[in-house]
Amino acid sequence: MSRLIKIIAVFMLCVVVAAPAALAGGNVVIKGSTTVLPVAQAAAEAYMKIHKNVNISLSGGGSGDGIKALIDKSTDIANSSREIKKQEMDLAKKRGVNPVAHTVAIDAIIPIVHPKNKVQNLSLDQLSQIYQGKITNWREVGGDNLTIVVVSRDSSSGTYESWGYLVLNGAKVTPRAQLQASNGAVVQAVSKNRYAIGYIGIGYLNKSVNALTVGGVQASAKTALAKEYPIARPLYMYTNGTPKGETEGFIKFLLGKKGQEIVKKEGFVPVR
Amino acid sequence: MTRYQKEIVIKNAFFTLSLISIMVLGLIVIFLFREGLPIFREVSLRDFLFGREWYPTYDPPSYGIWPLIVASLIVTFFSSLLAVPLGVLSAVYISEIAPPAIKEILKSIIELLAGLPSVVLGFFGMVTVAPWLQETFDLPTGLNIVNASAILALMAVPTISSISEDALYAVPQDFKEASYALGATKFETIVRIIVPAALSGISTAVILGMARAIGETMVVLMVAGGAAAIPESIFDSVRPMPASIAAEMGEAPFRSGHYHALFATGIVLFFMTLAFNLIADYLAQKFKEVGSATL
Repeated sequence: MSRLIKIIAVFMLCVVVAAPAALAGGNVVIKGSTTVLPVAQAAAEAYMKIHKNVNISLSGGGSGDGIKALIDKSTDIANSSREIKKQEMDLAKKRGVNPVAHTVAIDAIIPIVHPKNKVQNLSLDQLSQIYQGKITNWREVGGDNLTIVVVSRDSSSGTYESWGYLVLNGAKVTPRAQLQASNGAVVQAVSKNRYAIGYIGIGYLNKSVNALTVGGVQASAKTALAKEYPIARPLYMYTNGTPKGETEGFIKFLLGKKGQEIVKKEGFVPVR
Repeated sequence: MTRYQKEIVIKNAFFTLSLISIMVLGLIVIFLFREGLPIFREVSLRDFLFGREWYPTYDPPSYGIWPLIVASLIVTFFSSLLAVPLGVLSAVYISEIAPPAIKEILKSIIELLAGLPSVVLGFFGMVTVAPWLQETFDLPTGLNIVNASAILALMAVPTISSISEDALYAVPQDFKEASYALGATKFETIVRIIVPAALSGISTAVILGMARAIGETMVVLMVAGGAAAIPESIFDSVRPMPASIAAEMGEAPFRSGHYHALFATGIVLFFMTLAFNLIADYLAQKFKEVGSATL
């Protein structure tokens, strides 16, 4: 019994001692795109490990919500998977906020097929038709006479969102599409099925599947950065004016060597 | 402390503990409803239950879970088609026919099956059963209703078998002896006397096995394929309700329409398993054999 009390006492002491310490450091609020969220989260954890007195609070909600929060001055950093829109910029200027973009990573998504599939290249339009369920046989795009099994991601993943935006232009993915809960599961499903097509973040590609070229362009960090590869987009963090204090520290950290390693580890293309 | 006081202390301690577990359950149910009901401000109950389109992240979103409900019911139905004969007949064999040595071995094997983590079975379905199904029947995909039903059946068999076996075991010895005394063979005794006498327990076992199948998440997430469309054949991919909740909850924005819709799906699932349990309870009461021993 006395041991239990000791443990509790030590625990309480830790809370009492640690709480003011956490309050003493800087606070950084990050909000916005769910695509950027995993990078921001991993980077925030790493940053807080180095700077023990900094408290970073993170939330998703989508790019629009993030930018809205930046305009309302309720966040320090707005994550966004798109550029700020003109109306948003105007509204920000009116409220005296000056959004500054920092490109932190490139999101490149690759269509993949089974290694035995003869198809090597698809145009953006063909991909869109396949994912809308309008092209249903590989024969129609130069392959064998096989039904196409469309493998997609769960509708709340950032990769799904990017794919819908860059390939489908907002059109709905066919309800017959199979759902996999992660990039890894998509690779697993496609590698076992010669009927299948799937899409993954560039960091998850391995030899068990074949990456398609899109409109003749091979996906790589280089083609994505040069904007030659069409299914890629920069990911931004917006700040109000030039960042200061801990916000500056965090963005510098993310753009530095360690931060960009995190970007790569989360399946995105580093910007430098 | 007298013996009497000890009695009171123990009694109250047991009461408190059971109260805690009931309270925790109650709070979970309250939470489920609190998070799920707000969706009905955005969509009517009818459109939610019978809507054919599940596009929760589009603008405007569609929150129709009919394909998910159909998927749950269909995999549960086909898995019981496999699991009920397997479970009940193995229970009959173990309890009535098998010699003692084999009985012990079989019992422990079935218990081992019950102990297999669902993720292991799901993985087995994904990397072994799916490619095999695809090759053998020349299908576009091995992640389909048949695969999910087979794996779910594998999970339901131990439940059905062990509860049925308890029910069969509880049939009084007098019944069997009376049957033999009248000149019945072993087979006649099993079919006409023992199984009917244990019917309430066996029905309970079947329903609990089905409840296990409908609530199972990991297996259907991994092997059902996950297409949110109403299936046209037993080789189509489907997305049962638990799979949808598990796959999407992680990244659904907090307190958004999508988030509430997933909790509301959880409410529907909760009512379904509740219904299964009530049916099991009802059957257990109705077919109760009044004799020297009952289950």
